[in-house]
Amino acid sequence: MTDHIETDVVIIGAGPVGLFAVFELGLLDIKCHLIDILPKVGGQCAELYPEKPIYDIPGFPMVTGQGLVDNLMAQIEPFHPTFHLNEMVESLESIGTPEAPLFRVKTSENGTTFTCKSVIIAAGGGSFQPKKPPIDNIEAYEGTGVYYAVRKMEMFRNKKVLIVGGGDSALDWTVNLQPIAKRLTLLHRRDAFRAAPHTVEKMRSLVAAGDMDLHLGQVSALKGEAPVLEGAVIRKDDGSEFTVDCDVMLPFFGLTMKLGPIADWGLNLHENLIPVDTEKFETNVPGIFAIGDINTYPGKLKLILSGFHEGALAAQKVHRYVYPEKKLLFQYTTSSTSLQKKLGVAA
Amino acid sequence: MHPIRRTLLRLIPEFIRRNSRFMGVIHVTDRAGQRHTLEAIEGWRVMEIIRDWGLPIEGLCGGACECATCHVFVAEEWLDKLFPPTDEEEDQLDTVVTKPNSRLSCQILWTPELDGLEVTLAPTGA
Repeated sequence: MTDHIETDVVIIGAGPVGLFAVFELGLLDIKCHLIDILPKVGGQCAELYPEKPIYDIPGFPMVTGQGLVDNLMAQIEPFHPTFHLNEMVESLESIGTPEAPLFRVKTSENGTTFTCKSVIIAAGGGSFQPKKPPIDNIEAYEGTGVYYAVRKMEMFRNKKVLIVGGGDSALDWTVNLQPIAKRLTLLHRRDAFRAAPHTVEKMRSLVAAGDMDLHLGQVSALKGEAPVLEGAVIRKDDGSEFTVDCDVMLPFFGLTMKLGPIADWGLNLHENLIPVDTEKFETNVPGIFAIGDINTYPGKLKLILSGFHEGALAAQKVHRYVYPEKKLLFQYTTSSTSLQKKLGVAA
Repeated sequence: MHPIRRTLLRLIPEFIRRNSRFMGVIHVTDRAGQRHTLEAIEGWRVMEIIRDWGLPIEGLCGGACECATCHVFVAEEWLDKLFPPTDEEEDQLDTVVTKPNSRLSCQILWTPELDGLEVTLAPTGA
């Protein structure tokens, strides 16, 4: 059964900018749901550079990516946003009018549908997706011989499995699939692994015992009549090549970001970015806003602080759509008792 | 803003750029095989120079050595003139299909010693 949710606003992307938009909307009594393809909140800050220090967040001489996300989560806690993680927005359909926008949003994984009065796209560089190695014709084997994630381990029982990569995903799946695979081969470009040391040790002991193979090199071509994979041609650093027989190849090359389905929503795009005005950060479709790294306008700077500002201004316009009959009174959290009540800090 | 003021504000940085000491160039071959000669600026990362000139280099993470979308192949004769890759860069190179002359262009800080540096943009995955 698919869920249906009615809410004021759906925010696409739970990175820092999407998270702060919850705060600005919350102060205006606007409820929101956030959807993100990652299994955790924080976007690039949490996925790409959780430990990296950031020095240009106002008021924080230094904060790490994860530290910023944790603080934002604490800041928006009073507004109890609902998160839909591990889900990608598949379709966004306008079912209202320009004066009274209404949207239907559908996610791919659980097929949850939302009806909302505004949509805020805070999707950064797009949705995180597995990085596909540039190997000729690799697409022809996807879903039959090439997989970028393991959904069901059973699929790989009694298969000749080739895992490519040297990080945690590659090593974890090496250790987990080795017992059920007919033969498991791990391929990496060098003899150094950036995975958890105990997993690396376990892999090394399996190799030493002859229970799996480890090769150094890179895949240069795939063999077998697509979509049936039969092997991979491996090129070593010295230029020599050999073939590893395999039924399936699992490349674990980390994540990258792709615009994905956003391109199909009838929004104007400029070089994979969404043009917006600089008063409301609204797109060419009334009621759909774009804030943070995904938008573009003259003078745009891809800074987290710019995204915070954009969220605050977008929230003002969203208020007009959600409460068309209400006049919006501009207030400060320092002095407004009503805002302080919303934040749970009123004396 | 007054139009003259606006024009001046636009022209001043351009004037400074054009009249600053000539630094040098890098040669970049794009994925279609076309070679571009780009003026380089000391202290800029090679990724930033390539991006600033509008060639298709993604540089998704903005130069933080976290994404490998600025992967280039460096011409053999230049490899020894570069600082060797850090462990962090090697970790990122693990996430693409490399050749022995693979580097991340965000990790190459351009200095006048690199005048004439020759790089080729690496293919991107689908």
